[in-house]
Amino acid sequence: MNLSSSHRVHRINERRWFSTSNIILGLTITFLFLPLFVVVLYSFNDSKGMAWTQPSLRWYRDLFFSSPALWKAFYNSAVVALTSGLTATILGALAAIGIKWNRFRGKAYIATISYLPMVLPEVIIGISMLIFFSWIRMPLGMFTIYVAHTTFNLPFVFLLVGARLDEFDYSTIEAARDLGASETQTLWKVVVPSIMPGILSGFLMSVTMSLEDFVITFFVSGPGSGTLPLYVYSMIRYGVSPVINALSFVMIVGTMLLAWVFRRFLKTIAANS
Amino acid sequence: MSGQSRREARRGLAYSAPMGLWFTIFFVLPLTIILIYSFLKRGLYGGVTGEFSLVAYQQMFNPSFGRIVLRTIWISIVSTFGCFVFALPAGYAMARSKHQTLLLFLIIIPFWTNSLIRIYAWISILSREGFLNQMLMKLGIINEGLQMIYTQGSVILVLIYMFVPFAVLPLFTTIDKFDFSLLDAARDLGATKLQALVKVLFPQIRGGMVTALIFTFIPIFGSYTVPLLVGGKDSTMIGNIIVDQVNKTRNWPLAAAFSVVLTFLSMIGVLWMLSSNRHSEKLNAASKLQDTTQQGVEKRVHLHHQDDGGKA
Repeated sequence: MNLSSSHRVHRINERRWFSTSNIILGLTITFLFLPLFVVVLYSFNDSKGMAWTQPSLRWYRDLFFSSPALWKAFYNSAVVALTSGLTATILGALAAIGIKWNRFRGKAYIATISYLPMVLPEVIIGISMLIFFSWIRMPLGMFTIYVAHTTFNLPFVFLLVGARLDEFDYSTIEAARDLGASETQTLWKVVVPSIMPGILSGFLMSVTMSLEDFVITFFVSGPGSGTLPLYVYSMIRYGVSPVINALSFVMIVGTMLLAWVFRRFLKTIAANS
Repeated sequence: MSGQSRREARRGLAYSAPMGLWFTIFFVLPLTIILIYSFLKRGLYGGVTGEFSLVAYQQMFNPSFGRIVLRTIWISIVSTFGCFVFALPAGYAMARSKHQTLLLFLIIIPFWTNSLIRIYAWISILSREGFLNQMLMKLGIINEGLQMIYTQGSVILVLIYMFVPFAVLPLFTTIDKFDFSLLDAARDLGATKLQALVKVLFPQIRGGMVTALIFTFIPIFGSYTVPLLVGGKDSTMIGNIIVDQVNKTRNWPLAAAFSVVLTFLSMIGVLWMLSSNRHSEKLNAASKLQDTTQQGVEKRVHLHHQDDGGKA
């Protein structure tokens, strides 16, 4: 009795919210958010410079009503993110199903190669794609961006769906097959519904990564196929306009909404990113 | 049995061949081309000629590149270390917290926000007329703006900023699987707090630590945008050489040779990560086994006590 109560005190002591690790966690989160607050603050500043003059919405007016090139870039980004995200989700999820439960030749090759694009520095993926496309004489444009984005998204889908499959009882599938379900029926009625969270988080991850990528896109984009990050880059490089601040706020809010919609999957995504 | 395995082989291939094919054409083939290009002679206006040559690899050891390679190693080690100083305690605190979803939210939102926007935010903080200098001047600490941006320090700071989440997330997920009562047990057995962390926690989360290391060190080592936008002459990195060799100097074999070296480095990292994750899985399984045994013992002790109570 005595022993267990002293034990409890000891445990409570360790869970003090102001312990060193909690303080560092607080500092990390502050560090992560501070720059975002600064841009948001300046997006409401009337002056073009960094000195605060008075609150104004003029950069938001500019962003929404007089930046057609920016919206064209956003449109390109959205098209690439959705198409490459969809392709990566279908190919990656199928491969995860195939590899998890079956033994076959070439399995080790596919499983190993599927990790690499995730860890290879982006510059290398970009350069190798650029040299590859120039070698097969494929003109750079929306299609080459689509191919590049699908390639770097595939590993994430593969991993996220794979993690979901680990929690799934294979005997359910055997049961379905024993009861006479065909391969397609098993896939659509048993496997896909039960791994839907993995598929959705894979798709979400792909869309986010695709919307966010600058380096690889920089190499494989052609004239007129610029995405939003490329447009932001040219804004930063050649004369900063506070419109970027307004755009940042819109994008931060977009990110928060996306994270909120998919909050159920946050942990799975964290586990594999 | 053989029919079963043949069916398995056919099914496995049918499901995973599309991805395998995609990677072979759009990933393995491009990397192979890079490898071949690194051994060829450069063309007059970019591209390559068909002649074999080791010039690209010799050029890598040219002193001006050598300095950049050493600098890249230095910047990457310091930034990775900086990420860990934040990430290890932060991941631990998150794993022990009751508000995990909220905290994950707070880590993931900046992480998902466009990286260029985040770099731009640092430009507006660190530049001469930027937020930080203005604050310092308003507070009367300095009289004129300090040169903070376009230095090696600003590159390291922004790299830490960009890659902290890459270290926090894997550390959080592995520590989350850890059984914290083991720490209490170590403390009860007389270990100090630090000893308990180093000898009990760290071996168990080795896989997560290696994953965090690989996911921060490799992208930092190959980073291009951060040194380009917030760095000066003293902070060019290998990524910048590669891009310059492709776009400006048009020495494709040299860019390819640098890429080959970076690729090999990354592959070694991945293999290390895979093997140590397997190692941690084994350790975790062992500790789970211990758990169940312990629970069994506790249950028996509990029953025994009840028995005693009944008799009394």
